[in-house]
Amino acid sequence: MAMAWIAPVLAVGLTLGASLALFAGLGFPPLAAIHAYFVQPISSLRGLAELGVKATPLALCALGLGIGFRANVWNIGAEGQLTMGALAGGGVALACHGSGGWWLLPAMLAAGIAGGMAWAAIPAFLRNRYHTSEILTSLMLTYVAALFHAWLIHGPLRDPDGMGFPESRLFEPDALLPMLLPGTRLHIGALFVVVAMAAAWLLLARSFLGFQLKVAGLAPQAAALAGFDRHRLVWFSLLVSGGLAGLAGVVEVAGPIGQLSTTISPGYGFTAIIVAFLGRLHPIGMVLAALVMALSYLGGEAAQIALGLPQAVTGVFQGMLLFFLLASDVLVHYRVRRATPPLPG
Amino acid sequence: MTGFETLIGILAATIAAATPLLLAALGELVVERAGVLNLGVEGMMLVGAVAGFAAAVATGSPAAGIAAAALAGMVMALLFGVMTITLLANQVATGLALTLFGTGLSALAGRDFVGIPLNPLPRIAVPGLDLLPGLEPLLSQDVLVWLGLAMAPALALFLGRSRAGLVLRAVGENHGAAHELGHPVAAVRYGAVIFGGAMAGLGGAYLSLAYTPMWAENMTAGRGWIALALVVFATWRPGRVLVGAWLFGGITIAHLHAQGMGFAVPAQFLSMLPYLATIAVLVAISRDAAQIRLNAPACLGKVFHPER
Repeated sequence: MAMAWIAPVLAVGLTLGASLALFAGLGFPPLAAIHAYFVQPISSLRGLAELGVKATPLALCALGLGIGFRANVWNIGAEGQLTMGALAGGGVALACHGSGGWWLLPAMLAAGIAGGMAWAAIPAFLRNRYHTSEILTSLMLTYVAALFHAWLIHGPLRDPDGMGFPESRLFEPDALLPMLLPGTRLHIGALFVVVAMAAAWLLLARSFLGFQLKVAGLAPQAAALAGFDRHRLVWFSLLVSGGLAGLAGVVEVAGPIGQLSTTISPGYGFTAIIVAFLGRLHPIGMVLAALVMALSYLGGEAAQIALGLPQAVTGVFQGMLLFFLLASDVLVHYRVRRATPPLPG
Repeated sequence: MTGFETLIGILAATIAAATPLLLAALGELVVERAGVLNLGVEGMMLVGAVAGFAAAVATGSPAAGIAAAALAGMVMALLFGVMTITLLANQVATGLALTLFGTGLSALAGRDFVGIPLNPLPRIAVPGLDLLPGLEPLLSQDVLVWLGLAMAPALALFLGRSRAGLVLRAVGENHGAAHELGHPVAAVRYGAVIFGGAMAGLGGAYLSLAYTPMWAENMTAGRGWIALALVVFATWRPGRVLVGAWLFGGITIAHLHAQGMGFAVPAQFLSMLPYLATIAVLVAISRDAAQIRLNAPACLGKVFHPER
């Protein structure tokens, strides 16, 4: 068990080392850059709250993806499901503009979950009915969702008083998530993460369905022999991950953003793939990994302001982390042994 | 403009839009025929696009740009090869990592090249073009277009008619048996993966050196993923990749023409067409599971331990 956690820690360490080289190569003082990137952003309560704000959508997406990855269901379109959740939830907020009440926020959250589920249902249906690879369909639907989003905010949902800017009007207070910590942007979405984490843990560690998911991933033939319904597992994996990604989307627009803007997510749905792997597909691990990756977003922004470090460093950092993780896995799981020379003759 | 000129114009635009898909998909086809699934095509294309553009701007030489793009794609592919062939890492996860890494790396490397203009690649005309008036847009193309068109039949011959091609297919169909026969499974796969990287790099370079020509973050816009779908659509045959690429090239430019003809559909919906078409085509091809099982390389995506 402890062995499983060596690889992620090793990967984070290697990434830090490589970042030092990268910063030096780009002509920035490496230690100052590391400080600006990884320490400065979380050295205040406000910074820690921001970490929670950024980690919330990452953790929600990753918890869903991780469940699917356990069963070898490769939903890599969480970004699109997040977008559709944000649009569905935001659509409800805008449709009820001026007539909101206590019920508006729950309705938005339900719509967001439904939106993400509906978008993920397409790859699930195509995979079960036509054997179509969910990797490619879920990814293609991400581009479709992005274009649909662009159309909505350039057309039907554009703020009538927004002087032509492609964004919706600001949501009413009834449509905004309550804050957890006064003076910060930390909202109750962070509690959804705790609930989702506990539910995912119960599912994977204590339920028969979770057992079926794990067997289907580790030993597909054994799962088939045992009569586990593969179609049901595909449906379940995609609907849960789509629903959680949709929830992440609506939490973003009802939380830190407060409207439907041109950019809803800086690639949370894709980064969540790295989060899932970094967290060993374990619910608690994935939430911890979400905090690490959230720091990479915060650090990217902070280092850009403090040192003029390009924002794209965040993407390199995240990609590098996943590489080092996959390589560390090999080093931890396989022992190097001298091959026995074959007997002569 | 006469109807004939319009038709030639549409065909020429189709071929241009098809070229990056064709180059990348042909490369991935060889990789998959050797039994390796590299989902990093998008990342390799982006790195190829930025490397090619940077080299062309720095040296002023299109040839240097093309060489740099191929080389950059090969280095990315080598990274994938070390991870999956030598270190036996999961191919799906490593491919995703390659795409995420390539997207970030290309954005970082290209940040000083955004908005710089560049002359498109020079065109090379078919000899005797003067005798065929009006076909100039079609028969005068740059070197990457010609390369893509030549590569499809060349790869069909290589895979179907050469000994080396037979070995490559054997490695993809049954790596255990190929190993028993003394074929170097890992070396063949390294070769295929690196070839795929070079082709993806060239596909990216076509976008940044000829099609647009400029550098913009994420300029491939999912073409690497469409190329992966094209390989499935083509049931792993080079000739059909060519047909598929033209089909998708046509769909990609359809929205330009639809708007020109006054269809009142919002631009965003027309831009969705290539992605929706990819899904439709995948569904049409994969609904017959037996057909896919028959055509897909049997060892696709499987890790090879020589000890077993």
